[in-house]
Amino acid sequence: MTASSETRAPAAPAAPPVPADPAERGGVRHGVGTDAPRPDGVLKVTGEFAYSSDLWADDMLWGATLRSPHPHARIRGIDLTEAVRLPGVYAVLTHEDVPGAKYYGLERADQPVLADGKVRYQGEPVAIVAADHPETARRAMMRIAVDYEVLEPVSDARRAAFDPACPPVHGPAAPPEPGGAARPANVVRYQPVRTGAFAAGAGLDEVRAQADVIVTGEYQVGMQDQAFLGPESGLAVPAADGGVDLYVATQWLHVDQSQLAPCLGLPPEKVRLNLAGVGGAFGAREDLSMQAHACLLALRTGRPVKMVYHREESFFGHVHRHPATMRYEHGARADGTLVFATMEIVLDGGAYASTTSAVVGVASSMAVGPYEVPNVRVDAYGVYTNNPPCGAMRGFGAVQACFGYESQMDRLAEALGMHPVELRIRNAMSEGSRTATGQPVDMPLPMADMLARARALPPPAEPETGPGTDPRRLPGGVAGTTRGEGVVRGVGYGVGIKNICYSESFDDYSTARVRLELVGGEPAVQVHTAAAEVGQGLVTVQQQVARTELGVERVVVRPADTAVGSSGSSSASRQSYMTGGAVKAACEAVREAVFRLARERGLPPGADDALELRGGAVVTRLGAVVAELAELLADTAVEETRVFRHRPTRPMDPLTGQGDAHVQFAMCVHRAVVDVDTELGLVRVVELAAVQDVGRALNPLQLAGQIHGGSAQGLGLALMEEVQVRDAAVRNPSFTDYLIPTILDMPPMRVEILEHPDPHAPYGLRGAGEPPTLSSTPAIIAAIRAATGRPLAHAPVRPEDIVGLPVP
Amino acid sequence: MRVSFEVNGRPVRADDVWAGESLLYVLRERLGLPGSKNACEQGECGSCTVYLDGETVCACLVAAGQAEGRSVRTVEGLADGEALDPVQSAFVDAGAVQCGFCTPGLLVQTHDLLRRTVGAGGQPPGDDEVREALAGNLCRCTGYEQILAAVRLAAERAGGAA
Repeated sequence: MTASSETRAPAAPAAPPVPADPAERGGVRHGVGTDAPRPDGVLKVTGEFAYSSDLWADDMLWGATLRSPHPHARIRGIDLTEAVRLPGVYAVLTHEDVPGAKYYGLERADQPVLADGKVRYQGEPVAIVAADHPETARRAMMRIAVDYEVLEPVSDARRAAFDPACPPVHGPAAPPEPGGAARPANVVRYQPVRTGAFAAGAGLDEVRAQADVIVTGEYQVGMQDQAFLGPESGLAVPAADGGVDLYVATQWLHVDQSQLAPCLGLPPEKVRLNLAGVGGAFGAREDLSMQAHACLLALRTGRPVKMVYHREESFFGHVHRHPATMRYEHGARADGTLVFATMEIVLDGGAYASTTSAVVGVASSMAVGPYEVPNVRVDAYGVYTNNPPCGAMRGFGAVQACFGYESQMDRLAEALGMHPVELRIRNAMSEGSRTATGQPVDMPLPMADMLARARALPPPAEPETGPGTDPRRLPGGVAGTTRGEGVVRGVGYGVGIKNICYSESFDDYSTARVRLELVGGEPAVQVHTAAAEVGQGLVTVQQQVARTELGVERVVVRPADTAVGSSGSSSASRQSYMTGGAVKAACEAVREAVFRLARERGLPPGADDALELRGGAVVTRLGAVVAELAELLADTAVEETRVFRHRPTRPMDPLTGQGDAHVQFAMCVHRAVVDVDTELGLVRVVELAAVQDVGRALNPLQLAGQIHGGSAQGLGLALMEEVQVRDAAVRNPSFTDYLIPTILDMPPMRVEILEHPDPHAPYGLRGAGEPPTLSSTPAIIAAIRAATGRPLAHAPVRPEDIVGLPVP
Repeated sequence: MRVSFEVNGRPVRADDVWAGESLLYVLRERLGLPGSKNACEQGECGSCTVYLDGETVCACLVAAGQAEGRSVRTVEGLADGEALDPVQSAFVDAGAVQCGFCTPGLLVQTHDLLRRTVGAGGQPPGDDEVREALAGNLCRCTGYEQILAAVRLAAERAGGAA
């Protein structure tokens, strides 16, 4: 392999020589590969950055949503009389007031804009109100009388998956697909994968006979909340043309538009979306929340309507990570070589489909992890229940599977008496391997090297215990719960693999418009896309790409809106690849147009035809200036729009799962070191180190931030984060009861970045946002297992699991 | 009711305030100062942290009427005109700003920590002290690593300037 490997860890060997000014690469400051500053950074530290909840308009009304207290109920009637009478109330709307399509959805239009005679989950929107003050709206909602006939909820996902007698959450089962078997009505998607002997029809016992050691495990992943800090919010402004302008925090403007327009009974061009400041996303803004409601109220009242969810409402207002129950079995030879793996994964999609089908695709295709296994049998199910709807969250089905296969690897290593890293390296995939879905890995995948690096990292300092120890260094922390008695240290490893970009033959593309012109006599670039900046730093990357491609430092990224073509979703770790790729393509077109202009003016004698744009000038390859842009563009602007697509992908075969379903694979390895108070069930993560291959680091500072943040969300899932659902009702919808990591919970995070370019991707980059969220959870739980000897089959690990008490 | 107080050094007045409104609501919706953020509105996340008479509080937990006659300083009042406070520039430079929703609260809390330490002629706070001081400010994007780096950088810059 000829790929270069660059390490950015603190203890790294010297980096390759860089120019004297680290911000300069290839003749332009703050281009690709530098720590270019965020263009929105200063606005965000002065408080001027306008988030979707900060918007305000003259004559604005406040919208509010009445939600069902019941997970499952029939609505016998709704009486609005008393609500409408309240002074200051301008509109109260129900299902009957939805002018167009009554249902919407990302994959299936199964979700009502407002409840249609039935509610299928706790918190489902039933009616909406517009009033002159949020408190007026709240009081009006209290006066809406809904007559519910409470029904028994379907709350057990396994029953929904396997029991034909389970009542259907929606209609009866769809007829089976050609060649497929009939499934219970609540199965949204069933996806099997079969390879080796299993594909040839061999039975499990036959395959088992080839293994010297077999380990089985049943694992659960709890329902995780994205817990972005900026609540669902936006401002809908009715327009003179009968349409509406919506300013909203979302991940994909155009998919919102395509769902909204039919519901509002308007053509898409009359539903114009503008991206307002987004306070984090992590998947939770893929589905609609307040968008349709605010637009309906604005169109009805003829006044701008602002809606802002409060935190409790937010827990009901967006989808969560699918909880999973997983049954795994792995067999290996005595030397550790994997012989077979079987897995059954049941993902609870809750009341509406959202992205459940795609989540099943990822979970099934990634179910075996980054390991070479000759015989694989996967059965993955995504089901309807009356639990909270689940959909996208960072890691998207791969997180759940990763906790399963990594737990199994540790169990197998223990059974074999091998070091867990050694077992993983023995079975590691690499460039040239095939995935369980038969797809060749045609890009670098230096997993063995990453594992070896993680293992070789220097260990953190020994645990401090005994009298006088600073409580902040002990499990339980500032609460001073322990003085260090019964504290045991453990070390664990985790590896995860994630597909990048949209898969399974989805037509995945991004559009960019780039304009080069003189502003105040200086060349300046404008980049316009519909891509959602959600905090990840995409606006910085767009600037960097334009600077590098056009040799112009001054680049402005225009606000994202639907006036330009779709950029697809800010999810699947895809935007650097896709919108980065689109901006690059548009810049290349602009560059060619500039060269044409230069050639029309006539090249100086002796100039060859290979021109470049550098330092605000058209230059020859040897650096001779052909024309200054300031001259060339004196009275003209060059503007080009390009659509970028990644290479096509294929569907998964419905019976065998085979198919080149994915664009790119990305991996992260974590080593976790924990101190566990084995008597009190408390954990302190001492260090969480990551090794990640990113192909090419476009912005190392922002990249490290993605790895840190993804690791932190994985730590949350390992130790504290679970939406508690009992009988389909949520028990902890607040930051008092749903805990996310604080700065006291987070350990120092060493990050080692490798750069083995993917030859198929723009600049060789590899999507980076999701992989750290996969591997940090199993690494931390493996470390707790190492410290305690407990099996720990549930993420998050609860104190009861550690001390061996029943979990209530 | 009418509420009058001082924000960022200038007197302000809000009329027709409903008694249940928080200081946060009045700042954001009545005074045109949306910099303080509304992430949880129950005192758990710290994103609405402001100074009230020189002490940091969650503005969502202060009833608007309690601010009567008092002095409030918000994130909008940290910079000196166009010149950013060292805490603000350090957050930008260290990569501590991603979505930025937690940032205003963290800036005010960090500003207070440095005011009490290096600003008072003391030593720069160690990491444990920083973690304890910022424990009430949730951030979902950064994992806090670059926030710690920003606080160290700000302490260095503020110490240098003192």
